[in-house]
Amino acid sequence: MTPVRQPPTLTSRLRPSDVLRVGASGPRARKMRTALSALGVSIGIAAMVGVLGLSESSKSALLDEISALGTNLLTVESGVGIGGGDGSFPEEALAAINRIEAVEIASAIYDVDASVLKNEFVPNGQTRGLNVVAASQSLLDTLNGSIDEGSWLNNATSTYPAVVLGSVAAERLGISTLTQPTYVYIGEQYVEVVGTLEEFPLSADLDRSAIMGQPAAEAFFEGDPSPATIFARVENGTIDSNRELIPATADPENPEEVTVSRPSDALEAQAAADDALTTLFLGLGAVALLVGGIGIANVMVIAVIERRGEIGLRRALGATRAHIRRQFLTEAVILSALGGAVGVALGIGATYLYSGLQGWRVIIPGTAAAGGFLAALFIGAAAGLYPAMRAARLAPTEALRA
Amino acid sequence: MSRAAALEMRNVVKEYPGFPPVRALDDVSVRIDHGELIAVVGPSGSGKSTLLNVMGTLDRPTRGVVSIDGNDTATLSDKQVAGVRARRIGFVFQQFFLLDGMSAIDNVANGLIYQGVGLNERRERSAETLKRVGLGHRLTHPPSHMSGGERQRVAVARALVHEPAFVLADEPTGNLDSKSTGAVMDLIAGLHEEGTTIAVITHDTKIAASLPRQVTVFDGRIESDTALQSSYT
Repeated sequence: MTPVRQPPTLTSRLRPSDVLRVGASGPRARKMRTALSALGVSIGIAAMVGVLGLSESSKSALLDEISALGTNLLTVESGVGIGGGDGSFPEEALAAINRIEAVEIASAIYDVDASVLKNEFVPNGQTRGLNVVAASQSLLDTLNGSIDEGSWLNNATSTYPAVVLGSVAAERLGISTLTQPTYVYIGEQYVEVVGTLEEFPLSADLDRSAIMGQPAAEAFFEGDPSPATIFARVENGTIDSNRELIPATADPENPEEVTVSRPSDALEAQAAADDALTTLFLGLGAVALLVGGIGIANVMVIAVIERRGEIGLRRALGATRAHIRRQFLTEAVILSALGGAVGVALGIGATYLYSGLQGWRVIIPGTAAAGGFLAALFIGAAAGLYPAMRAARLAPTEALRA
Repeated sequence: MSRAAALEMRNVVKEYPGFPPVRALDDVSVRIDHGELIAVVGPSGSGKSTLLNVMGTLDRPTRGVVSIDGNDTATLSDKQVAGVRARRIGFVFQQFFLLDGMSAIDNVANGLIYQGVGLNERRERSAETLKRVGLGHRLTHPPSHMSGGERQRVAVARALVHEPAFVLADEPTGNLDSKSTGAVMDLIAGLHEEGTTIAVITHDTKIAASLPRQVTVFDGRIESDTALQSSYT
């Protein structure tokens, strides 16, 4: 401690509450300028909070979807290739895969060489992008699919000409309800529609299909007895080992023709792609924030020049250099805090609005909101530093010379 | 002597650097006792402004002693000198220097803010002081809605609110019409009668002549001081 050379009654002192009051006096007296200079920061913060909120909300929607479908589903396909593969598996491939211990459930779809039409008057070939496949009864369970209306194929309906329509197929064939017996025209005959399906998020192809039982396909439509695609749900944690095991099991003669993929990978890739986009927008937000900060620095430099008289007056009233520095620093932080608060609110609002329109669950990452506000404060402090130093360095006699 | 002078300057020299250095104050000695009302008068360029700045501790002398209410300012740090201004000196400026964004009462309260006085006490004392200068009915008005004379009275109230050892008024009527000038000088005379120590810096010899003591500055020197003359003659 340095010795006190002065009676304690002769000290200059500014209470912390008055630092705020004095710092707010400038912005309060010039409301328009305050609003405009805070705007830049608020745009930057709003962009960052909004982007983070939207990406979290959309990602959580995606992850919800992934976890609802399960990440343990494998799709097994046979290639048409040099090795002599004809795009289908041996007939016993499904049974073989089902024998793998770690496979919980597996099912297959089979090609059917026919097209599905609304009725006999529609010219053959106008398939509207729809196709006909046959399936084993376990398909719905394997894919976690669900029935929209009617029922899935059972022991009886899978042996007779009857189909279940995917969601897109039902829509394109103009079938909105099954309250009346409903038929579609497949390969020279009318076939009853026993059910319609909800969307399959993991296998969009099936949405555009009319699905019939495999026995019926063989009996009535010359269906291919060899599986075209096999879906297998495996125990969690055995995905990698099964990826290696399945090809040889499914097609021992041409294992190299067999590809095993994991549909949830596509969704995860989408989430990752969203991440890249988020980073880009976050960068843009950071640029806006930086520009906003420069705007505040600019306004503060002008304020210091304009308010020399005030600075001189305050020094005459007993303010120390530190008090002046604190005043202008506080003023800059108040501007940026205003911008930050408005920006966080705008960002959250935008997230609510857009997520609401998308039907996503709204997730506002607390770190984004708090981090955005703190970033604004930091930018304000950085922007105010130089102007505040200039204000503090101004000699009182010079400042009072108006 | 029961009490130190409100302000005492002994052999003060103020030079501004240059070739040759400019000597704005040359061996100035002046003493202002408590309760005095004096005019510091001189033409522009005489060193009046420098004298005001050094008296008000806004500028430091090159040599010599400036002592405020018994406190020698030469040994004090910048921060401590700011404390002296906050507690012992009141300023009134020609340009008023009122802040437009706040009411009269908050402008006056700024005179207490750097003493660390709390908001409520600041406002109470400011209201009292505004009543003292005849503006009890204008407490919440912003200065921008006031006449020049009223503004200068707000500024006087701000200089008085912390009960300083003395008030330095720099051309307090320089921006006022003759009617407001009369009112402000009457206010100053009234404050003097109540015991306030005031130094009015002016180039206006008529105003100077109306005050009890005149110190005339010319070329950085004190040319005459009526207090000294009366003691010699």
